[in-house]
Amino acid sequence: MIVAKQKPIEEIIEGVRDYEKILIAGCNECVTVCEAGGKKEVGILASALRMYFMNQGKNMKIDEVTLERQCDHEYLEELRKIIDRYDVVISLACGAGVQFMAEKYFRTRVLPGVDTCFMGVTEERGVWSERCQGCGKCILGETAGICPISRCAKRILNGPCGGSTKGKCEIDKELDCAWQLIIDRLNELGRLDDYEKIIPIKDWSTERAGGPRRVVREDLRL
Amino acid sequence: MRIQYPENIKIIGVPCTGKVDVLHLLRAFEKGADGVYVVGCLEGDCRFNSGNLRARKRVEQAQHILESIGVGGERVQMYNLSSGEGPRFAEIAVEMTEKIRKMGPNPIKISKEKNGCMI
Ligand code: SF4
Ligand code: SF4
Repeated sequence: MIVAKQKPIEEIIEGVRDYEKILIAGCNECVTVCEAGGKKEVGILASALRMYFMNQGKNMKIDEVTLERQCDHEYLEELRKIIDRYDVVISLACGAGVQFMAEKYFRTRVLPGVDTCFMGVTEERGVWSERCQGCGKCILGETAGICPISRCAKRILNGPCGGSTKGKCEIDKELDCAWQLIIDRLNELGRLDDYEKIIPIKDWSTERAGGPRRVVREDLRL
Repeated sequence: MRIQYPENIKIIGVPCTGKVDVLHLLRAFEKGADGVYVVGCLEGDCRFNSGNLRARKRVEQAQHILESIGVGGERVQMYNLSSGEGPRFAEIAVEMTEKIRKMGPNPIKISKEKNGCMI
């Protein structure tokens, strides 16, 4: 999933201070799972903003909505009938959702209510960590299912580097060395011989370095 | 056992404090409560394992939010006690009432009255 974290309330308040009619829009998918922008967080933010502005003697109209997704036309369309009633929308979706909303409703100011962080997993309640950087050419098959692009600080394809100590990465004693994990798992799989194979230079043009990316499926397009 | 506690306290029963959500706490303040406290079982004694631990986290989240918006984080508290501690329940009620009295009324309530805002 895409992992995001809530923006500090002070920052959100600053962003909407000059408006009167605010819509807070949550998303039912990734940001709900990482408890940053689902229906619950929409309710909490709305309540907090109402109280803040009430305390300032300002009567704001603050409404709440949570869409199934904000990265698909069909769900964003649900706002078409109501969007003109608001001066500003705070979207609690990931950056993709915020942008799609802004593209669709060109004349409405859309503000991000979360900081989008990475593609990752829920390690345990309240802990999320990165697993994929969407490099466009997955090599997990060669690295025992552990991604050196997202989990190795240097993105080394033939690691580890000299900074790997007792299984930890030199940038942080708490952080597992991705290459240690790869070697350990290759060992478990009985495939340690694979470690001897040099992974060739990666074609980074499929990654962000190649500019903004698109996936086009002619077999699906109508 | 008949134990007296301050009559200003309104008790809302929940099956487990794990049911209490941040939003419940915030809504109470939005509606004008001067203070809210959650009374859960002793830590380690939750029948559902972590209900009271979750409640504590939510109280902390609500404290943080209330502090950030100028209402005062201290207005919401978490207490743990066993069902056999009736006198302690009354003590907490008094302690909380005094604490909130010192802080004064909920500023939202005052502002609402002054501005005639409706929620
Ligand atoms: S808008 Fe973002 S958070 Fe919502 S479903 Fe799409 S990708 Fe996930
Ligand atoms: S190799 Fe690329 S696609 Fe595969 S997990 Fe790593 S970043 Fe994602």
